[in-house]
Amino acid sequence: MRASLRRIWGLVYRHLALYRRSWPRLLELMYWPVLQMLVWGFVTAYLAGVQQNMGSVAAGMLLGGVLLWEVALRSQMGFAITFLEEIWSRNLGHVFVSPLRPGELVAGLVAMATLRMLVGVLPAVGLAWLLYGFGLFSLGPVVVLFFAALMMMGWAVALGVTAMILRHGAGAEPLAWSVLFGLTPFACVFYPLSTLPAPLQWVAQAIPAAHVFEGMRAALLQGRVDLWHLGAAFALDVVWLALLGRVFLGQFEAARRSGALLSIGE
Amino acid sequence: MTPDAAIQAEGLTKRYGETTAVDSLRFTLPRGATWGLLGGNGAGKSTTIAMLLGILVPSEGRVTVLGHDMARNRFAALVRMNFSSPYVALPHRLTVAENLRVYAHLYDVPRAEARIAELAETLQLEEILHRRAGQLSAGQKTRVALAKALVNRPELLLLDEPTASLDPDTGDWVRSWLERYREESGCAILLASHNMAEVERLCGHVLMMKRGRLVAEGSPAELVTRFGRDNLEDVFLDIARDRRALGETTA
Repeated sequence: MRASLRRIWGLVYRHLALYRRSWPRLLELMYWPVLQMLVWGFVTAYLAGVQQNMGSVAAGMLLGGVLLWEVALRSQMGFAITFLEEIWSRNLGHVFVSPLRPGELVAGLVAMATLRMLVGVLPAVGLAWLLYGFGLFSLGPVVVLFFAALMMMGWAVALGVTAMILRHGAGAEPLAWSVLFGLTPFACVFYPLSTLPAPLQWVAQAIPAAHVFEGMRAALLQGRVDLWHLGAAFALDVVWLALLGRVFLGQFEAARRSGALLSIGE
Repeated sequence: MTPDAAIQAEGLTKRYGETTAVDSLRFTLPRGATWGLLGGNGAGKSTTIAMLLGILVPSEGRVTVLGHDMARNRFAALVRMNFSSPYVALPHRLTVAENLRVYAHLYDVPRAEARIAELAETLQLEEILHRRAGQLSAGQKTRVALAKALVNRPELLLLDEPTASLDPDTGDWVRSWLERYREESGCAILLASHNMAEVERLCGHVLMMKRGRLVAEGSPAELVTRFGRDNLEDVFLDIARDRRALGETTA
C-alpha cells in the first residue's frame, strides 16, 4: 500500500514540478473559468437590470451553472491533458515500463485533475463573489457534494477519452478538449431537464451532471437539498466510472497486444 | 525454468497480422552476464526488448525475468529491472534532480535523496543536477538516462543503443563506466547496439537477429572465427547480406 501511494505520488510530483516553474501553465488553468464567469456575470447583471432585479435568482442559476459546469470540464480536461503531457514529453515509454500499475496511473491522473480543477475554478468562484456578490458556497455544504459528483463525471469521461487515445493515438487528442462540450445540451446546465424534448430527457437522465444541476436549482429556488437527484448523480457516476474504467483497462491491454503503447505519440 | 537466469525467453514470437516481427526466439541470459542483441533495422530487436519489458504482449511463447513470468507477474520483475534508450526521453522541463526523484518514487527507492547524490557523484552529474533535462548536451542526457536506469539498483538492465549519437570520447566514457558498474554490481545487461566495437568490448555473448529470427549466437570471438572474419562488424555484414558461416551450407 505504501509503495503504491509512493508511485502515485511520483506521478503527481512529476506534474507538480512542471507547474511549479511555469506560471503560464498556471495562468492557463485559471484563464477559461475566470473568462466564462466574467462573460456570464455581465449577462446576468444585464438581465437583472432589464427585469428590475427580478432576475437575481435567474442570475444565480446562470452563474452557479457556469461555475459548476467548469468543475466537470476542468476535471475531465485535467485528467486527459495530464496523460497527454506524458505523450508530448515522450516519457510514456519510461512510465509504462516502470512498476506503476494502470490503477495507480489512473489514481495519479485523478489527483492531478483535482488539483488542476481547484486551481482553475476556485479563483473564478472567488471573483464571482467579489464582482457580482454571488457566493456559490452560500448554497451550503451540498456544494461540496455537487463538486464531487461533477468531478467524478469528469474523470469518467476522461477515462473514455484516454481509452480512445490509447486506441487511436494522437488522432484522438482533440477529444480531450471537445468531448464534454458535446454533452452540454444534455447536462441541463442553464435550464431544467423538463425543457428538453421528451426523447432527449431520457438521454439527459443518464448524465450525472443533469441531476446535479436539477439539485442546484432546487437549492437556489426552494432552498432544499434534493436527495433523489443527488443520489441519482452519484449512482450514475459509479456506473459510468466502472464502465469507462473497464473500457480504459481493456484498451490498455489491447494496446499492449497491438504494440500501440510503443507508438502512441506518433 | 533456469533458477539463475536473468531472462529466459522460450519460443518468443510476435506477429502483427501477416507480418512476423519476432519468430520463436529462445535464449537464456544468465545473471551477471552482459549479452549483445544485434541485428539490422527491422530485425526485431526493439520488439524483443518491448516484450522483455512487458510493454508488448507476445503472440506466442513465454518470458521469465528474474524468476517472474512476465505474462502473470510483470510488476514484480519491473521493480528489479530498468531500461534506458535514447529514443525515450525524460521530461525536458524538469531538472535532472526532479527527474531522478520522480523515478526514485516510481521504483520505491529507499533513501531516495542519498541514492540520487550517489548517482550524481558516480556519473558526474553534480554540476547539472539542477539544470533542466532539455538544456543538456547529448552526452549529459546519456549520463542522466543511465542514472535513471540505475536509480533502483537493477538486477537486470536493458540498454537500447546507449552510446548512439555520442562523440567517441563520451561513448568511451560510457562504455568504461558500464564495464566498471557490471563488475561492481553483478547486474545482468542486455545491450542492443549497432556499434560492433562496443559489443565486442562489453559483451560476453551475442545474439544475432535477422527478420525476427535468431540466426547466430556465441561469443564475439567465436562468431568471428565461425565466419572467418577479422571482427564482429564483418560478421554482422555477412549475416545482413546472407553470407554463410564457414562450413555451413545453404539450405
